[in-house]
Amino acid sequence: MVAKLLRTPLVLAALGVVVIVLVLTGVDDFRAVQLTQMAYLGIAAGGLTVLTGLNGQISLGHGALMAIGAYTTALLLQDDEPALPLLGVLLVATVVTLLVGAAIGVAAARLHGPYLAGATLALAVAVPGIALYFGDTLGGEQGLRVRVPDAPDWVLDAAYFVTGQDLTPSKYVAFLGWGTLVVTFLGLAHLSRSRVGRRWRAVRDDEVAAEVAGISLGRARVSAFVVSAAAAGAAGFVMAVSVRLAAPSGYSLTLSLTLLTAVVLGGLGSLGGALVGAALLTFLPQVITDAGVSAGLDDIRAAELAPLVYGVVLVAVVLLAPAGLVGSLRPAWHRLRATTTSKGAPR
Amino acid sequence: MQQLVNTILGGLTLGMVYAAFALALVLIWRSTRIVNFAQAPMAMVTTFIALQIIEAGHSYWLGFAAALLAGLVLGAVVERVLIRPVEGKAEINAVILTLGLFIVLHALASVVFGNRYRSFPAAFGIRGIEVGDMTIALTGFDIFTIVAVLVVMGLLVLLFRFTDLGLRMRAAAFNQEVARLLGVRVGRMLTLGWALAALVGSLAGLLIAGGSLVHPGYMDSVVVYGFVAAVLGGLDSPGGAVVGGLLLGLSLSLVSGYVGSQLVALAALAILMVVLLLRPQGLFSQARERRV
Amino acid sequence: MLEVRELSTSYGAVRALQDVTFTAPRGEVTAVLGANGAGKTTLLRTITGLVRAQSGSATYDGRELTRTAPELMPGLGIAHVPEGRGVITELTVEENLRLGGLGRGGRVKPAELERIYGLFPALADRRAALAHVLSGGERQMLVLGRALMAEPKVLLLDEPSLGLAPRIVAQLFELVQSLVVDQELTVLLVEQNARSALSIAHRGVVLSLGRVVVDERADVLAGDDQLRHAYLGF
Repeated sequence: MVAKLLRTPLVLAALGVVVIVLVLTGVDDFRAVQLTQMAYLGIAAGGLTVLTGLNGQISLGHGALMAIGAYTTALLLQDDEPALPLLGVLLVATVVTLLVGAAIGVAAARLHGPYLAGATLALAVAVPGIALYFGDTLGGEQGLRVRVPDAPDWVLDAAYFVTGQDLTPSKYVAFLGWGTLVVTFLGLAHLSRSRVGRRWRAVRDDEVAAEVAGISLGRARVSAFVVSAAAAGAAGFVMAVSVRLAAPSGYSLTLSLTLLTAVVLGGLGSLGGALVGAALLTFLPQVITDAGVSAGLDDIRAAELAPLVYGVVLVAVVLLAPAGLVGSLRPAWHRLRATTTSKGAPR
Repeated sequence: MQQLVNTILGGLTLGMVYAAFALALVLIWRSTRIVNFAQAPMAMVTTFIALQIIEAGHSYWLGFAAALLAGLVLGAVVERVLIRPVEGKAEINAVILTLGLFIVLHALASVVFGNRYRSFPAAFGIRGIEVGDMTIALTGFDIFTIVAVLVVMGLLVLLFRFTDLGLRMRAAAFNQEVARLLGVRVGRMLTLGWALAALVGSLAGLLIAGGSLVHPGYMDSVVVYGFVAAVLGGLDSPGGAVVGGLLLGLSLSLVSGYVGSQLVALAALAILMVVLLLRPQGLFSQARERRV
Repeated sequence: MLEVRELSTSYGAVRALQDVTFTAPRGEVTAVLGANGAGKTTLLRTITGLVRAQSGSATYDGRELTRTAPELMPGLGIAHVPEGRGVITELTVEENLRLGGLGRGGRVKPAELERIYGLFPALADRRAALAHVLSGGERQMLVLGRALMAEPKVLLLDEPSLGLAPRIVAQLFELVQSLVVDQELTVLLVEQNARSALSIAHRGVVLSLGRVVVDERADVLAGDDQLRHAYLGF
């Protein structure tokens, strides 16, 4: 009974908040920045795992969606005295990305499997180019600086009251990032358990049955895409504020592949898994790189060992998982379809 | 006017390369219903092998041949070892697998060959051909590109249409079960299909590299363009891949010349979306109902 | 001769074949009959290795078939014309036939193709046409011809009469009968159309829910009203 209560999202979130405060207070600034990276990767991964795991849509373009959130943030935080408070900027970034996500989602709703992957791959490759083309407004190759305003006094006071420490800018951003994560995950968890989430899963598992049951396939797909895009937008905000820069190189195909890796490693459809994946992709690279350097590789080459390891693990996960990835991801449906192509009468 | 002609010629040459890459994707799609996203880094790796050979002092053609051979072997090994287990399973498995392979090959190349940009030689020269007092923006290497791709396509057509082996491969691609009952070693045909596709992909990689700079990421956008070209022509249709590649090459060259080179990828995306939403089966696919 | 002994297999938790035992002698047509879902198609698929047998055996001239891959069947002289005919619609008529000939190993000589065109003149007229434009009857001729290209000794036919007009069915079965006589083929004929099947068969094996319930001479089976009503629907 207690265990069940402990697993409700709200309780988990409350516990999470406590843990976050404790951890962030105890670490130094360097770790705080790393933890912020984990936060924004986690937010985007959470949205993506819901899209891919619950709704079955593979997206390779979420790095591009993060870019939209990041650039929106950057554009709003150009002046020393920004027009909007930070939370307002977060909101705008999320909404803008959500709207773009809606447009893409409508187009993507009719695509499946490799076609969807290919289309979102094209998106991932295309978006950095847009930033370069509109170089004047968007900063071109070097990108846009992001001026993060100082924390307001009441925040500083509250932080000191709770943690007994002065709030450094890095930790301010870290708390912002993790606060955003908690809120985002609460939203995603709530949606997953609601009727919306059930519809997403129904569409993933068996389209025909879902349609017969009265579920609009298009609407379910678009809503899933929109939700994940909003998460990516929020993640983009946190990343922009943390890195203090929005540049094309930060949102290349690599980022989208990183997110996908995090989601697969953590387990498709699992929010906790998304967090684990984000943690792995934040902290593991350094470990692997250090191992590489001590094995004699130079810095640059050692840095490439991390993606090598991820790629291998990704391949291994697919090959070794007994029913392939997420057996529930309509394999039966596909086997059935496979027997009705160019073979005359179906079995 | 001169600029238009040059843009079109450039587009045709580039289009030929996209056509080759699209052909590689189509070959694999027809036989195993998988889009090989890793085709680009596979080609990149074989190009680097060629580069190592050339930089070690050997002839360009030895490196060229080595790359093609490496492609053949790599394609066969990848199919037999990595892809075979997921053939027939849910689509997402193959997508994640080929993406994982993409990441692995990329990183491996960076570790082994380094990340810096290196120049790749071009046979037949990189100066425009002179006709009278005009210089057309078509280099010797461009002509070689066009000819090489056409030759390879011709050979593939001969293989598939006129040989028993090609017949077996087509049968294995169209109807695995019936082919098996007729004695076709379907597994071997699939491996061969992947090997040939990788060979064509390697050719595309070499042709793009010629006279240019290469680095581990240089083929990454080609997988997108190849995919768009293949979808444009119809993923089922080799002929469509060629036409799709040429059309795409032309369009993108025009965009690059008259709008801006940074928007080329966006243009490709736009073309892809238009095709998928209006005519998902592409221009030439025989399949009446294409499920995208 | 083709001997099936205690052959059993399942699809997941469902038992599709249970201890199926019978013999199909050389030079005879053995009809395999029964309702939909009785296991007739599964029987053929298990014999040729498309489905894994869980126990029991199927042997031809002593050679065990259930542990042999489907690709090796033509080499052993066994031709399986599957349910739905199995025409490869993207290939031409001639290409389908060539493919059949390749199964025997070695090159396909023009004379072999001509032999089949001799048996099926309608195919000769359409040899360059894509198989998907053929009618049902023409497709059946094509797959039969394709099977015969490999000079098989055993012919497994899965519902050849499906969707065909009675006149064509009659012609088809006549042809099968003459082939059996001329070439001493062993034929396993799976059919829902029991009446036609029994008219050319020597023996009838009736399956119900995966088990053999009747194994009797065809004329006796056709003559027994009770059996016919109970299992064959006429």
